[in-house]
Amino acid sequence: MKAHLTRRYRFSASHRLHSGNFSCEQNRAIYGKCNNPHGHGHNYILEVTVSGQVDGRTGMVCNLIELDDAVQSEILERFDRQNLNTLLPFAGKVPTTENLCVAIYEILQPIFHAAHLERVRLEETMMNSFEYRGKENATVSS
Amino acid sequence: MVYLTRKAEFSASHYYHNPDFSPEQNRQIFGKCNNPQGHGHNYMLEVTVKGDIDPDSGFVVDLKQLKEIMHREVLDAMDHRFLNKEVPEFTTRIPTTENLAIAIWQRLEPKLDNAKLHRVRVYETADLFVDFYGER
Ligand SMILES: [Zn+2]
Repeated sequence: MKAHLTRRYRFSASHRLHSGNFSCEQNRAIYGKCNNPHGHGHNYILEVTVSGQVDGRTGMVCNLIELDDAVQSEILERFDRQNLNTLLPFAGKVPTTENLCVAIYEILQPIFHAAHLERVRLEETMMNSFEYRGKENATVSS
Repeated sequence: MVYLTRKAEFSASHYYHNPDFSPEQNRQIFGKCNNPQGHGHNYMLEVTVKGDIDPDSGFVVDLKQLKEIMHREVLDAMDHRFLNKEVPEFTTRIPTTENLAIAIWQRLEPKLDNAKLHRVRVYETADLFVDFYGER
């Protein structure tokens, strides 16, 4: 039987939304407060959903310890307590939560093989959330 | 088609152990959850049914009936129980959140007549939940 397992994690990071493709006025108009040159931060909530057959011997889709280890070492250690603008995945990219969501999916997808990576969902605040399910399947809700 | 979700909470204890594994393997695979004395959770159950709106009642499903079925089939059997010892499914299956979602689906699905079961979601904690859609 196939089940979907979702695990929630937390990390805090700062960012500034600013694009080199726009003028200063355009940046202010488009990104509003998020364009503040000194940046600002969020407590992000990350949901990782994996799916697969429930293993008859363990009763699990995948070992939670393995999933936690992968997310801890590849995502939380990379992004927690960081300024996203200074990190490699955002070289030449605006660290919107859309881009962060896709970056997390693309980091996890090739290294996590214990189950199928179904979805990455990111809550920037209690009011905004973003989901990415791989190419051609992006959805946004707010 | 309209989807309707009803929540219920139950508290139960469990532990994870596979007699085919050695004690070392059990400890390694299941970690703290291998403690044979068990430990407990406040589970949150979400049952989602789908169907068309009945033009007379305006309902997808009679919520009172759904609530009764959830109580009879799931909560009476699992609330304040030691899952490994008191719920028949878990004498042969490990009471993981995955297997709990599947067992709850299997208990509810044949009892619902007017609406179709869409999803069973079981939260073991606020940070861990499993969805089962009846997929083989
Ligand atoms: Zn447990």
